[in-house]
Amino acid sequence: MISLLLIVLTSLFFMGIVVRTKSIASGRKGPGLFQPMKDVIRLWKKGAVYSKTTSFIFQIAPSIYFASIIMAILVIPFGQYKGIVSFDGDFVFFAYVLALGKFFSIIGALDTGSSFEGMGASREALYSMLAEPAFFILMGSFALYTGHTSFHEIFVSLHFGSYISYGLGTLATFVLVMIAMIENSRMPVDDPKTHLELTMVHEVMILDNSGFDLGLILYGTNLKFAMYGALIANFFTGSFSILISILIFLAVQIMFAITVGILESFSARFRMGNNAQFIFTLTSISILIFFGVLLIMGKFV
Amino acid sequence: MTYIQTYMAILVASLLVIPFLKVTWKGIITLSVVIFNAILSGYLVFPELLGEKLAFIFPGSIVTGEIPVRIDALSAWFILLINFTVVTGALYGIHYMKAYKMQTSNISLHCLAYILMQASLTAICVIQNSLVFLFAWEIMTLSSFLLVIFEYYKQDTLKAGINFLIQSHAGVLFLTLGFIWVYYRTGSYDFYAISQFSLTYPHIVSLGLFFCFFIGFAVKAGFVPFHTWLPYAHPAAPSHISGVMSGVIIKIGIFGILRMLQLIQTDYIVLGYIILVFSVISGVYGVMLAILQHNLKKLLAYHSIENIGIIGIGIGLGTLGIGQQNATLILLGFGGALLHVLNHSLFKSLLFYSAGNVYQTTHTMNIEHFGGLVKQMPQTTVLFLIAALAICGLPPFNGFVSEFLIYSGLFDEMASKEMINLFVILFSVFGMVLIGGLALLCFTKAFGSMFLGNPRHQFHSAPKESGTGKLVPMYMAASFIVAIGLFPQFFFRLMGEPLKLYSDKIIISGAISSAVSIADTMQHIGFAAAGFIVLGLLIFFIRRKVTAEKPKPILTTWGCGYVGETEKMQYTASSFIRSYRKLAEPMLSIQKRKIEIEGVFPVYGRHETHPQDKIEQYFIDKPWNLLKIFFGKFRFLQNGNPQFYVLYGAVFIALIIGFPVITETIKKIIYFLNQI
Repeated sequence: MISLLLIVLTSLFFMGIVVRTKSIASGRKGPGLFQPMKDVIRLWKKGAVYSKTTSFIFQIAPSIYFASIIMAILVIPFGQYKGIVSFDGDFVFFAYVLALGKFFSIIGALDTGSSFEGMGASREALYSMLAEPAFFILMGSFALYTGHTSFHEIFVSLHFGSYISYGLGTLATFVLVMIAMIENSRMPVDDPKTHLELTMVHEVMILDNSGFDLGLILYGTNLKFAMYGALIANFFTGSFSILISILIFLAVQIMFAITVGILESFSARFRMGNNAQFIFTLTSISILIFFGVLLIMGKFV
Repeated sequence: MTYIQTYMAILVASLLVIPFLKVTWKGIITLSVVIFNAILSGYLVFPELLGEKLAFIFPGSIVTGEIPVRIDALSAWFILLINFTVVTGALYGIHYMKAYKMQTSNISLHCLAYILMQASLTAICVIQNSLVFLFAWEIMTLSSFLLVIFEYYKQDTLKAGINFLIQSHAGVLFLTLGFIWVYYRTGSYDFYAISQFSLTYPHIVSLGLFFCFFIGFAVKAGFVPFHTWLPYAHPAAPSHISGVMSGVIIKIGIFGILRMLQLIQTDYIVLGYIILVFSVISGVYGVMLAILQHNLKKLLAYHSIENIGIIGIGIGLGTLGIGQQNATLILLGFGGALLHVLNHSLFKSLLFYSAGNVYQTTHTMNIEHFGGLVKQMPQTTVLFLIAALAICGLPPFNGFVSEFLIYSGLFDEMASKEMINLFVILFSVFGMVLIGGLALLCFTKAFGSMFLGNPRHQFHSAPKESGTGKLVPMYMAASFIVAIGLFPQFFFRLMGEPLKLYSDKIIISGAISSAVSIADTMQHIGFAAAGFIVLGLLIFFIRRKVTAEKPKPILTTWGCGYVGETEKMQYTASSFIRSYRKLAEPMLSIQKRKIEIEGVFPVYGRHETHPQDKIEQYFIDKPWNLLKIFFGKFRFLQNGNPQFYVLYGAVFIALIIGFPVITETIKKIIYFLNQI
């Protein structure tokens, strides 16, 4: 429960920090921290335009996409406190429920019969497919390390002991940050600020969404960022008391948001053709973590 | 005993009666026989699923010896799921076949083959005498061959059918070899002899025996590289047959493998590794090719190979569990495999039935020609969507439950001690995840380009929704898909007895406590799935409440400022998977033909891709061509000259008669020489 509340809280200002960081980096003052959230609320109050090509799929897709994100958040624990849904192997459920949301956002895009949206949908489907092995092997490594298979138990029994384990924590954070960037269609893979349909990935998929649905999708992105931030925070909040944990949680989230902002300010987007290779290398980093775990456990003979 | 006799009597009577009836009655009688036999056998085997054991011994003949019929929990599980899909197939088929009702004699044969197919599938599950088993297996192969070649007047269909027939018999060859081997050593056709055989000989010999059977059954199941008949046979058959074939006939191969695992005692760890590697390759290869297909039924056929791979990963894990005396792993592995057998039979038959609906109204299976079918066929669309989500293994549907069991097994096994084990498991996790992601890409492509967007092709008559007759069996399958997704613990408990057959093979107990904890997890999944549905509905409800009063103008799709009709500029299925194709191209063989658009006023452009099966080229086509060249050398014998044929006959007869005489003479000469 507590993780849900904290994630929702963070999601309110997460994007604001990202935008502010980008503004400062480019020498502007930038909007207030809650401006992105205000934009979402404004969208929620608006009517919507629908294409005559669309069917009921287009109507339900954003809601299911949003529901899938909420469901995934329910799985995430907070320190010693379980998530609302917690069972052995819940991270498989986490990944698959997000995939369900992705399925619906893709078919929602295809429902418009547009000449652009299929392009974005195709790319998004491919990229998320390529990012998936990295996540699973990462979680598998931690399952191997801790001997448990649920988020909660893994994070509770995760203790950093040796130098190698700190290295692993850093690598894992890197992988999670990159997965978050890919899943949210941010910088090195996709540029949310691009103005050309042909070079968009996620933005082009939601060209025809407007009003409440668009608000849901945009807020979904905020929530997703906060969700991955919470996952990263969980690596560090192991056994502290609740107050310190909350402070660590917020600090990690803010750091994460600033990192995203800096990444977006100082890196350029890859060429589309190179994205696939880049995403696939994440898997090799995950495998590196796997071998690191083997080293720690003394299984290399 | 009386049940079996009633079953046989009805079977024979229906076979005799059906050819003489009117067309409509043929269908009705077939359907009622299928349903009656399904209820009868279901009633007989249901107690066995819950743990009872039933065995009859028929006297048999001198050739076969005693024929034991033993029904245990494994056969019960398979018989029940076979019956369900065969019944939905018959219900669907009776309406599907209305389009062909002029071909009376052809339909008679089809009905007879259908009933025989059901009976032989049931028989294979219970008969435990190798000779009679092979006999039933052969009936099953022949009847499914007849079912596939219903449209025999189409050349492709006949070709696909013959391909299927030949490859199936290559499989039978290996089965026969295995059974003969056992008979030669033990002198018994009873399946128990296989157990005895494997106990008396060293592990390596029984491993060899297992592989004999494995190859035989793998041809039927469609493991790579024995899968090549499958992508031809499925598109050629009528849709209800494709559904039944993909749903249950190929699963009988899985049944065979599971049965042999139960009987043969061998080095389970090595066996587990080998099955895992085979399965991961099947799974990934199947889905990689599926994405590229343009024919919907061929796409679904490649997905069958993928799902057989997933089932195989479960079986491999369970086998490893037996080898390592790990009860949890046995339950998770075999549990996942058995449940996935059921799940796949449900969603795959549903997908094929939906494909049938689409085919009968548009008369094409080319994905590139569809578009916007959701407006004309809303019910088929929803059913296809449910099945597509289930086959991608997404919650809250059934595919997720079985894949989850297998994932749990994989991550459970991560905690093991051995290096080699970890590498195989890592490889399998990687394979499973890739399969999941690629399936998602494949089904968003299929669903999106068929049912959504604008129509891409002008059909002769506008597509329309199928009648209720066809939709009812589809709803039956869909309701099971949802039920398994929401109440997985119930279905996991049902598998308790079949799983016991394997968990009893190890000495260490602990199966009961791990079964309880898995059932507990299953319950959590059920709750999570239900919760997700409630959450989705809640958000949708809020959305409706909030936007009820707001203006909702309907305009054209955003076209970068262009507001005309954009049907022709829509993204197509091929372009949807283009970036994937570019990535996968080095690994697969794809033929491309291209006519570039040129000039200031371009007239014509064209781009074709023909995905080809690389393994088929190297594993089937190449040896086949070499064989052809070799036999071509003897072509001079067949020169069309009657005199020569008479001569061959004469030579043959002379040899037959002369052979004993000559050998006698040689013997005499040798004897004579010895005397000197």
